Amino acid sequence: MSELEIHNVTGTGVYVAGDDIDTDRIIPAHFMKCVTFDGLGQYAFYGERYNEDGYTKNHPIDDPRFAGASMLISGRNFGCGSSREHAPQALYRHGFRGIIAQSFAEIFFGNCTTLGIPCATVTAETMSELAQLVEAEPATSISIDVDALKIRAGERAFDFEMAKSAQQALVSGRWDPLQELLSRADRVGAAAASLPYVGWN
Amino acid sequence: MSKNLFQKVWDAHTVGTLDDGRTQLFIGLHLIHEVTSPQAFAMLREKRIQVAYPDRTFATVDHIVPTDTRQRPFSDPLAEAMMVALKDNTEASGVAFFDEKDANQGIVHVIGPELGLTQPGMTICCGDSHTSTHGAFGAIAFGIGTSQVRDVLATQTLALSPLKVRRVEVNGELGSGVYAKDVILHIIRVLGVNGGVGFAYEFAGTTIEAMSMEERMTVCNMSIEGGARVGYINPDDVTFEYLRGREHAPKAGDWDAACDWWRSMASGPDADYDDVVVIDAADIAPTVTWGINPGQGVGIDEAIPDGNGMPESERGTWQEAIEHMNLTPGAPIQGTPVDVCFIGSCTNSRISDLRDVAEHVKGRRVSEGVKALIVPGSWKVAKQAEEEGLVEVFEAAGFEWRQPGCSMCLAMNPDKLVGDQLCASSSNRNFKGRQGSARGRTMLMSPVMVAAAAIRGSVADAREVFGIRSDAV
Repeated sequence: MSELEIHNVTGTGVYVAGDDIDTDRIIPAHFMKCVTFDGLGQYAFYGERYNEDGYTKNHPIDDPRFAGASMLISGRNFGCGSSREHAPQALYRHGFRGIIAQSFAEIFFGNCTTLGIPCATVTAETMSELAQLVEAEPATSISIDVDALKIRAGERAFDFEMAKSAQQALVSGRWDPLQELLSRADRVGAAAASLPYVGWN
Repeated sequence: MSKNLFQKVWDAHTVGTLDDGRTQLFIGLHLIHEVTSPQAFAMLREKRIQVAYPDRTFATVDHIVPTDTRQRPFSDPLAEAMMVALKDNTEASGVAFFDEKDANQGIVHVIGPELGLTQPGMTICCGDSHTSTHGAFGAIAFGIGTSQVRDVLATQTLALSPLKVRRVEVNGELGSGVYAKDVILHIIRVLGVNGGVGFAYEFAGTTIEAMSMEERMTVCNMSIEGGARVGYINPDDVTFEYLRGREHAPKAGDWDAACDWWRSMASGPDADYDDVVVIDAADIAPTVTWGINPGQGVGIDEAIPDGNGMPESERGTWQEAIEHMNLTPGAPIQGTPVDVCFIGSCTNSRISDLRDVAEHVKGRRVSEGVKALIVPGSWKVAKQAEEEGLVEVFEAAGFEWRQPGCSMCLAMNPDKLVGDQLCASSSNRNFKGRQGSARGRTMLMSPVMVAAAAIRGSVADAREVFGIRSDAV
């Protein structure tokens, strides 16, 4: 088994309530003035966590009960808006290893998969049960079983959905496609040559 | 049933199927900018990988450039570092770079079409979600993350799964004072901000066919705000006429063959779709957003939603929006006082947008206490506006005239809202904090509606402010 294979991610959870949480909220553009992703973790959800004078607004990820949480739980259309990979990079560097939401915006979902972060799509009922569970028992261990498409939380188990190609990419360890793309350079050349516009002046 | 444009372009660019079932797709045009590319180049350096097709990538700088001065080094050292990184990266890899003083510089989604780089039948990507703009030409164009920017630089391909296609048909004549921006805000209001997830939107119908290329770009630009990563319009004679003679468009010897191929890539009359939605142009009013996502819009004659009869699933976002925007549920949207008026962004900063605004603000004055700025999408747009005398009109009316860039659309540069300022904006996103202040408030609308708000000092019906007669179609 390759060390890149991602079958299961496990940790405690935190519930960030709301639908349509966009990538500007996950990482405000101000913090994208950088040439590396290093250090972005501390700025995750910055505008939601701090007032202009720097005082904390008691965002759930700063709540001591959820310290060290690595499973992020949220609502519909999570990660909508800008294509910035800075968003999943900030979440990953903040310590999140899996995201559970009612639905995901497409570019965000793809960016997460490419970074090896499983995004589990659950029903409204599952989301609200998980949210209640995490609130009631913050120490509950939550795992995303990518092979079985099951979320296990304490004694409970829930189904989730994930695009087949993303599931395959994660469990096979090929979530970063670069090597495979590079290995097919000959075929790329042939495909390019077959496109009329490649030869136009 | 024949193929639609999405399927034809997808098939023409398919290199093969990858082990996880995804398609390896060739990318015809790759656009890069300073924000989402430096990490991609760093990853390549780390792995000692060269840029595979440097002549298929073009770079410019737009997000971080100040719009009041081009003085280098930029006053913000972080912005300066990003500039230096892009210059070094493009030089080392042989990628063309239009820097902040280059006559071709501008917002990446303005200059691609302007230079004729954007063409029908192509796959186009950029580390920027508004890449859907280029779909106006009948290209499959979409935003990507930085790891994918790396993949394109390294291989000129991406690992992707195909999208379903929804035909969004808009038919009929738009009323006077109703613009392309209103069409797309209306579509997002109807289909929702996540209604397009998993879909490419094919915009069609007589309303769309009657639009100029710049209007079509405005529509496709905001596809992503409806959740659709791709939005496109089938290429036609309007498309070809726009491209003819542009710097990177096919030259005379290839022109006829190009037009034939472009035409052949359009969806056939019996093309198959996964879904079809039909919208009546007569239902579209000048539209303004009241909330914190682009789907939270109302017609200018309507009230701010009071939550009555709203589905339970939307109440949370409604409540959050009302609180953030500090608006009164049930009150008319008209008359909401504005602090800042911004005309610009990849949605609405092209010459036709500026002409529309100039026509109406001529001889009027921006309301006392309102900060109003107009930021052209590119140096070419700026030059054209100067030549046509639009700039004098703007300045005489009290608008600040700036240099090209993304400016206040996303506040990665000095143009930002302060505190809880409310901005009437021709940009594309009204997310909390988007314009640079966590408490800042954004209301999206067409450039002419922004101009009306600037003159009136509050959200207003441009048809009334400027005497645009609704029967004078």
